[in-house]
Amino acid sequence: MRTNRAIMGLAGIGLALSVAGCGNAGSETSDTIDVEVSEDAASSFDDGTRMKELADSGEITIGVKYDQPGIGFMPAGADAPVGFDPEIGKILAASLGIAPEDITWKETISDNREPFLQEGEVDLVIASYSITDDRQKVVGQAGPYYVTGQQLLVPSDSDIETLDDVKGTEVCSVTGSTSLDNIKNEGATPRGFDTYSECVDQVLDGTVDAMTTDGAILLGYAAEHPDELKVVVDPFSEENYGVGYSKDLPEMCAWIQDTLQSAEDDGTWGEAFDATLGKSGVDTPKPPAMNDCPAA
Amino acid sequence: MEAVFSNFDEVLKAFGLTIGLFVVSGIGSLVFGALLAVFRVGPVAIMRRAALVYVSIFRNTPLLMIFIFIAVALPKLGYNFRFIGDVEVGGVSASPFFFRACLALTLYTSAFVCEAFRSGINTVPLGQAEAARAIGLTFGQSMTQVVMPQALRAVIPPLTSVQIALLKNTSVAAAFGITEAVANMRALSNENTSQTAMIFLLVAVGYIIIVEVVSLASYGLERKVKVAAR
Repeated sequence: MRTNRAIMGLAGIGLALSVAGCGNAGSETSDTIDVEVSEDAASSFDDGTRMKELADSGEITIGVKYDQPGIGFMPAGADAPVGFDPEIGKILAASLGIAPEDITWKETISDNREPFLQEGEVDLVIASYSITDDRQKVVGQAGPYYVTGQQLLVPSDSDIETLDDVKGTEVCSVTGSTSLDNIKNEGATPRGFDTYSECVDQVLDGTVDAMTTDGAILLGYAAEHPDELKVVVDPFSEENYGVGYSKDLPEMCAWIQDTLQSAEDDGTWGEAFDATLGKSGVDTPKPPAMNDCPAA
Repeated sequence: MEAVFSNFDEVLKAFGLTIGLFVVSGIGSLVFGALLAVFRVGPVAIMRRAALVYVSIFRNTPLLMIFIFIAVALPKLGYNFRFIGDVEVGGVSASPFFFRACLALTLYTSAFVCEAFRSGINTVPLGQAEAARAIGLTFGQSMTQVVMPQALRAVIPPLTSVQIALLKNTSVAAAFGITEAVANMRALSNENTSQTAMIFLLVAVGYIIIVEVVSLASYGLERKVKVAAR
């Protein structure tokens, strides 16, 4: 009888825990972090800066990807995107005194990130946006807040083990992406598709031999199909993800860098990583060091 | 400007692929579309109806959907056409991706070609076909020797429009594994963000040149088959 009661007790605790878990965004491990929204943020910025304007208005528009699990992904029926990029957005908004629910999210695809910033359609672009010299000619890029590298996603029974093995194979990625260009230089036939999910389908169907892009994205898909897919090859490129801002507002750089730096120092950055990309089983990496802001 | 010209061989190769898609699907759609048109006006009720159903389905479906069906849905059902890569014709072998793109473009364009041909056939007075049958020609003979040659004159302008639409529709293949002109443009503009506008403009000029060549050929053909003024 006593054992029975003990089991009942345990079951009760288990039930209570699972109910508590439900209250927390419907899953046991939350896929978002609690950010500390700074109060009276407006007073900490100089008059005439864009940060002051944003803090005063209490609203900010951030462009993120909607189709990259772990990085920036909009689940069907959800109100806000989830992933590491939106978390970085929440951290930046919080430093302006803007709560996560007051952020307006906007989907950006690779092609429209620069126009969106130039036309003021969005205030920030946080969309797996690699920092490159050419992009910095037209927009500002602060950071990096994450460093990743290109890898390969292959079927579990694939013969592709090293980068040399891709010669003569067909490798899928998103049309026009840098990853596709890199793999072409390795001797593979590039196969561009519109979205990453279509690419994953092509790998699963055996229509292409592999898929390639930044390792973080691939790990997300491998986690969805652990029996059929695996990520191979050491990263063979270095992508530094940065936060895009308009070149007309150079004052934003220092604010973005400082906010990211303090998030890295106080552990918020690590929490954001664990809640999103970290779920695919990778260890939390060392946060990257910030670049210098261009002289205004 | 320089982004396009320093990668000019890539750009030319991409436009070559665009032209390749256009030529193969163009010929395919002309042959299949003409056949459909003959079914459409033919004496056999079941064929008339089958052609009508075909046209209704493929003319009323967006091209993108047909592409998605062939490139994404069919492989799921086990038809990925990989065997195409093993078929060699004169040492040249088409990739399964090229084949799938041509298949989608041909199926789609054939419906429009069929209707263009039918409009041409309708311009031939019914008396012509009746006279042809009256002197003992079979349906096939009256079609190939009396009706179609006359219909061809009226059909060149609308058929040219259909083929030009096909040429531009090849750009849909950019999202299905073919590095044609638009896919190449997107790669270039991704690498050279500061020159995006110029890259778009130059690729557009490329399309305009190819379409202009097709139009000129069509005008030439029109003049050649024109009935001499009496």
